[in-house]
Amino acid sequence: MRLQLREKRITRSTGGDLLVFLILVAGGAFMSLPMVYTIFHAFKPMNELFIWPPQFFVRNPTLANFYDLFLLMEESWVPFTRYLYNTLLITVLGTSGHVLMASLAAYALAKHRFPGQRIYFNAIVFSLMFAWQVTAIPNYLTMSRIGWVDTYMAIIAPAWAMPLGLYLMKQFMEQIPDALLEAARIDGASEFRIFWKIVMPNVKPAWLTLIIISFQSMWGETGARFIYTEALKPLPYALNQIVSAGIARAGVGAAVLVLMMVVPIALFVFNQSKVVQTMGSAGIDK
Amino acid sequence: MKATAESKIAAKSGLRADAESGRLRTWFSRKFKEIRENKISYLFIAPFGIFFFMFTVLPVALAMLLSFTHYNMLEPPKWIGLQNYLRLFFADDVFLIAVKNTFIFAVIVGPLSYFMCLIFAWMINDLKPKLRAFLTLLFYAPSISGNVYMVWAWIFSGDTYGYINGFLTYWGLTSEPVQFLTDPKWMMWVAILVTLWMSLGTSFLVFIAGLQGIDPTLYEAGAVDGVRHRFQELIYLTLPALRPQLMFGAIMSITGSFAAASQIIPLVGFPSTDYAAHTIVAHLLDYGNIRFEMGYASAIAVILFFTMIIAQQIVQLLLRNLES
Repeated sequence: MRLQLREKRITRSTGGDLLVFLILVAGGAFMSLPMVYTIFHAFKPMNELFIWPPQFFVRNPTLANFYDLFLLMEESWVPFTRYLYNTLLITVLGTSGHVLMASLAAYALAKHRFPGQRIYFNAIVFSLMFAWQVTAIPNYLTMSRIGWVDTYMAIIAPAWAMPLGLYLMKQFMEQIPDALLEAARIDGASEFRIFWKIVMPNVKPAWLTLIIISFQSMWGETGARFIYTEALKPLPYALNQIVSAGIARAGVGAAVLVLMMVVPIALFVFNQSKVVQTMGSAGIDK
Repeated sequence: MKATAESKIAAKSGLRADAESGRLRTWFSRKFKEIRENKISYLFIAPFGIFFFMFTVLPVALAMLLSFTHYNMLEPPKWIGLQNYLRLFFADDVFLIAVKNTFIFAVIVGPLSYFMCLIFAWMINDLKPKLRAFLTLLFYAPSISGNVYMVWAWIFSGDTYGYINGFLTYWGLTSEPVQFLTDPKWMMWVAILVTLWMSLGTSFLVFIAGLQGIDPTLYEAGAVDGVRHRFQELIYLTLPALRPQLMFGAIMSITGSFAAASQIIPLVGFPSTDYAAHTIVAHLLDYGNIRFEMGYASAIAVILFFTMIIAQQIVQLLLRNLES
């Protein structure tokens, strides 16, 4: 009476399965216990937060920390919804623009041959290795030159051209067989049509992954370097300010961590169900 | 007679020059024609390229230039040649500590995080879709929220309210709390542990996506060809099919381990006790954000940049060798 967790395959033995199971449980515990601890922390009343010895589990769960957080948010003179709107706007525009631009460029780099291609690609890969902390100042100069300081564009436009996304998409597009594209070209499909109708559906796991990665980095963006008008600031900035008020906010801090996690996790779950759907029904036709 | 010979030579060299310029012209016209023929490709790379140039290429080039100057952000940059670099290697003991720490950190965290991503992605990919999605989320969760690693500050906290210290003192294992976050003996190990905890991020997701894209018929064919064991399958079928993703993951591991600082600084303080967990990027932040010596900070970035490129070339070579 073995638990059927996957399809039967000749290369899988029961002993091996058991070992894999044990490793996954151990790894899963190491990864998830601190997360669970954070979540419990957010629901602990004040007396349990500072109980000795410290407790892992919450005994009398309470929403007091979340309630305090909302009270504090109401006190700020920019309404909470405005921060949320700012974050949603830059996250959605930043992510969609990035995935589209990176995919377009990645297609040309993976499947076309043209002069300058190698330089372009090497610049992308090497730029991943330059510490961004130093480019902040020259970047600020560029931004002020074109008048984007203190606008949404200062956050969105650099996110569109993050080198990581292009590199990711290019690596996946390389795996599409050339014959597939050639066949479409013979049928008279335009390059853009090939990109949209053949290449993108074939690398769906890649851009679903890129959406998660990009969304999550935009979601956590504080905008501290470029945005000075309070009404344009994103949510994490406002939340960080509340948490930074010190030890008395330990519970509120945990509540903030949990709240900030909820949206990316929801997106992740939705996204994963999409991946599973495509792979389950059609698979990749090659 | 002499005159004719000279004119002959002149004519000859003239011909040669003509031929050369002709060759150059044909080379240019060929390139130009190639560029015109590939107009569509440039259209595809243009939107990304424009913003990439503006916000990455330009600032990186400027920072590289700044590394040869003295620049405090108030006065205009002053050209000082190689002085920043000489100072880094011969007059800055703390930088050498940072280099040592970064190398220890990178040598441990880089390969470990890479193999963790690969092994866990490979194991999880075997499971049924629902369970796979759940476990992927479980393993990826620590990377999902910006600074959730701060939970480790509660866990390792140096007073008895810290989770581990509370436990240790409660059971009488220590008489006074262990200063995990401020004792040089422990700090580096805490930093390594926390970074490993957070390391199932981008590469992990990319490996999973890559594994899902592998054609199942490949395994069926492999089974017919006599692949009998899951490790055989991993080595002969899965890894070669995953090559582009493996390359991607290697670069993520290199940048993640050599440029670590953002998760270390909030845990062990800045600067850390005796610089025991001071990394190259922490040193860079010290000069860039606190002392405003932008030229010097840029020189640190340039050195780090070339270090990572060398590491990347070595890893690329290793991956190629593994293939053959």
